[in-house]
This record gives sequence, C-alpha cells and structure tokens, in this order.
Amino acid sequence: MDDKTRHVLECLEEDARMSHEKIATLTGLTLDEVSKKVTDLEKRGIIRKYKTVIDWDLAGDENVYAIIELKVSLERTIGYQPLVERLYKFPEVRSVRLLSGQYDLSLTVSGKTMKEVAFFVAEKISTLEQVQHTTTHFVLKTYKEDGVILHEQDHVSRLPVTP
Amino acid sequence: MRKACTPSKFVADVINEVPPSGIRRYFDLASGLEDVISLGVGEPDYVTPWHIREACIHSLECGETSYTSNYGLIELREELANHYSEKYGINYNPDSEILVTSGVSEALDVAIRAITNPGDEIIVVQPSYVAYVPSVMFAGGVPVIISTKLENHFKLTAEELEAAITAKTKAIIINFPNNPTGATMGREDLEAIADVVCEHDIMVISDEVYDCLTYNGGHTCFASLEGMRERTILLNGFSKAYAMTGFRLAYAMASPKIISAMMLIHQYSMLCAPITAQIGAIEALKNGKQEMQRMVRDYDRRRHLIVNGLNKIGLNCFEPKGAFYAFPSVVNTGLSSEDFAERLMNEQKVVTIPGSVFGEAGTGFLRCSYATSREEIEEALERIGAFVDGL
Repeated sequence: MDDKTRHVLECLEEDARMSHEKIATLTGLTLDEVSKKVTDLEKRGIIRKYKTVIDWDLAGDENVYAIIELKVSLERTIGYQPLVERLYKFPEVRSVRLLSGQYDLSLTVSGKTMKEVAFFVAEKISTLEQVQHTTTHFVLKTYKEDGVILHEQDHVSRLPVTP
Repeated sequence: MRKACTPSKFVADVINEVPPSGIRRYFDLASGLEDVISLGVGEPDYVTPWHIREACIHSLECGETSYTSNYGLIELREELANHYSEKYGINYNPDSEILVTSGVSEALDVAIRAITNPGDEIIVVQPSYVAYVPSVMFAGGVPVIISTKLENHFKLTAEELEAAITAKTKAIIINFPNNPTGATMGREDLEAIADVVCEHDIMVISDEVYDCLTYNGGHTCFASLEGMRERTILLNGFSKAYAMTGFRLAYAMASPKIISAMMLIHQYSMLCAPITAQIGAIEALKNGKQEMQRMVRDYDRRRHLIVNGLNKIGLNCFEPKGAFYAFPSVVNTGLSSEDFAERLMNEQKVVTIPGSVFGEAGTGFLRCSYATSREEIEEALERIGAFVDGL
C-alpha cells in the first residue's frame, strides 16, 4: 500500500464523515485524487462500510450483549462455511469469528433483554445440528469499542509554551 | 551585628551575560489567559504510548529503582547500537561510544563542556533551539552565529560556514530537522558541510532529536557521511519520536575519547539517567516503531493542514520537511514578529512564538507548533485569519 492511500484510510477510519476536501488538505492530494482513491477503495471492498460508534448505554437504550462461544462438530466434506452462513444471517448476531483454542466460533449477540438473548441462543443456536455446546457470557459493561474508549478520561495538560 | 549579605554579588558574571530566554515571557503571558489555543508547545500532544508506560510501571513493581552504570544500562546501549546500525548503517560500540543522558539538553551541555577551552569559538546555526548559545557561554566558549536564510529554505550552506570559521573555531552545532523552522538537510547538502568541516579540522555537534519526524524522504545522519563518524558528537533522544519529553532521556554517540570525556562530567554531575526512563527507552526501541510511525503520519497530515491554512491566510509559509513546526513569515502584515505574537495572543488567544526568540535570523517569522490536535489547529487558523483580516 502506498503512503497516500494509508493516509486516506487513516483519515476515514478516524472520522467516517470526513469530507474529501478535508482529506485532500490533510494529505496534500487534490480533491479529484481523493475522490478517485476513495471510490477505488470502496469498489475493492477495502472500505467495507462507514460506521458510527455509539454509546448506547449513555443514549439510554438498554441493549444487552452476549458473547457466545460455540463448540461445533465438523463433517468430513464440509467446513465451517455452511454453519457460519446460517449464523450470520440472524440480525441478532452482530459478529461471527472463527477462533483457535478450546472453542471454534465466537458470536456477539444482541437483544433487548437477557431473557431475549438467552431464548435466542437456546432456540436458534443450540438447536443447530453441528453445534455441540454453547457458553453464553453476558456483557456487563463495555469500556472500549472499536478502538474508542467509552468513558470520560482525565485530560492531561501541557504547559502552554515550551522551547 | 554581622554584615548583611547581598546575594546578587555572588552570582557569576556569565549568568548576567546570558540573555533571559525570550520564551519565558510568552509563557507568563499565556499562563494568565483562558480559552487559549497554544501553538507554542515544543512537545508532542500525545501521551507516551501505553506499552512504554506499562514497561516502566512493571519495572517499578519489580523494584528496579537503583543507579545504573554511568554510561546507562548496557541493554539500552546495545539496543541503540543495533538501531543505528540498522537504520543508518553506522556502528557504535555500546561499551565505549554511547552515553545515556537526561535529555538532549544534558547531552548538549556535557558535549560542549567536554570540548571547549575558554575562548574557543563554537558556531551556532540560527534560528535554532534556545539552549545552544547559553550552553556555549556557560562552558566559557564564544558563540559565533550563522543566520540561515529563507531563500535557502533555512539550510546551512558551505559558504556561510566557511565565512564563520576562524583559527579559534572548535566546533559547530547543527540541528536538522530544525526547531523552529522545520528545515531539513539532505545528504548532498550535508556532504558540502562535511567538506568544510574536514578542511578546517573542526568538530560537529549534531542534534538530531527530530530525526524520526521527517516527511517526504528519510533523514540523513551526519555521522554516517564518509569520514564524519570520528568528527561528530551525535545527540538524539526519545522525547519527540516517542512522545517521552517528561522522561528526560537521550544519548550521545561519538568516538571513545569524546564519550569518555563527556562521561567524566556526566558522572560527577548527573551520575546516571533515571533507571525507569532507561527501561522505558528500551521498550520504545524494541516495540515502539509502529506507534511512532502512526504519530508521524498524523503529524504529516497536520503539517499539510497548517501550512495550507497559513498560506491561505496570506502568511507566507515555506514547506517544513521535518520536526513539527511551521515557520510562516509575518513581514507582509507590517508587524514585527513580537508584536504579531503578542497581539494575536491578546486579541485572539492563540499562542505562537516569535521567530526572533530563536535568534536574529528568525526575525519576521512565527513558530507555530502543529503538535496539537487537528481541531485546535483548525480553530487556531480561524482565529489567526480573523486577526490578520482585522489588521
């Protein structure tokens, strides 16, 4: 990846709403070059989506999140793909990851209440043929999400003038 | 009754000869103001990367609180030797050619004292860091000033150096990338300087504390030029590259004779650099590259923002290729750099440092540090624009 592309991606990663004009100013590229680069990055799927990180707790919306560990059995000819596709089609499933170690898959599931999440797991996930075992961990508090710290931090002050 | 004491008569003459730091005045002015945006800060706005702080905390938990070797921890010196070998292809012996100090400030002081006899001339290239001239004077040396020029992009030229050298010249202090101009010197520029230095048989103290902060091409280490290793006292530190200003950690690299001379002063004054900071420095060298590069890329974006913005306002600003300072000219506003800075502070609450603080050569310029958040830079540019429009 060339240096300018990295600059453009870092700008958008930091602020998905940053205008192309602003990116042009910050990178020294022309507006046209930025627009072309961004379109290209979108087309190639390098930019997947423009997203907002929201502190739902602070917004007063009591969503419940759980991390579900799944132990699954694999059949000889098919890998994880068919099962994973079934899982990620549920809108309640926010993320699906294949892991190394004791468990095979990790899901993040969201719902309005703990009961709703628990029933979803019991009815829709545990009952799948390949799923041998599930462990549900409810998220009690999120401190950091997608690289963003979700609570007020101490402000470190510098002297106003130094040589 | 005993005779009254007049403390002022005990103060050494040299203290009265050194002019007070021009920066101090702006510090006092800025300290009393609210809602101030400061572009007057010569340190990163980042907090030291967590992995470095964490390594220091761990060392304290383990009880690593002792003195170290006067030269500094051997592990740190070995890391430094590897770092220079890999980055600049220059080999220093960690046992005899590296001295770990408390900041480049101490390294500078010790380097000058180690080579200066009373009356020796030390050439200082300005605009530059405010400590160079006083450090030469404290050591009993005579500072000889070279003023670099905007038309040369504030690079030092061989002709300027040639003209400043006399029979008494002992050394020259250079600092590229430069504080306050942001100027850099490429290999060819430095080769021309090296020729003159060799011909007149003088030493070079090269303060390269901003070496990691170069944009559009890498840094050339002066000591890596042919024949310059023995002639150079290379100074560098962790403050700027790794956002570790408060750790006060730096180092000097030079030939064994020079390093042992510097060590003699260092051992009787500083003894050793703080062990916690040295441990942080080891961690920075081992694992800090990625985070450092991320910060440098962020500075680079802010650099574009501020240089662009200042030029749009009508303050002519050449492109700084290193450090984190923009150095626009305020000449076409009709104000002196001091008046501009002071009025800007009072009327728009933006702190900048007049270039004249860094030597005569900085007259008519303003140092604007972009080691501050993008939002603050944008706000500062708005306010500077409003100020200039109102003139």
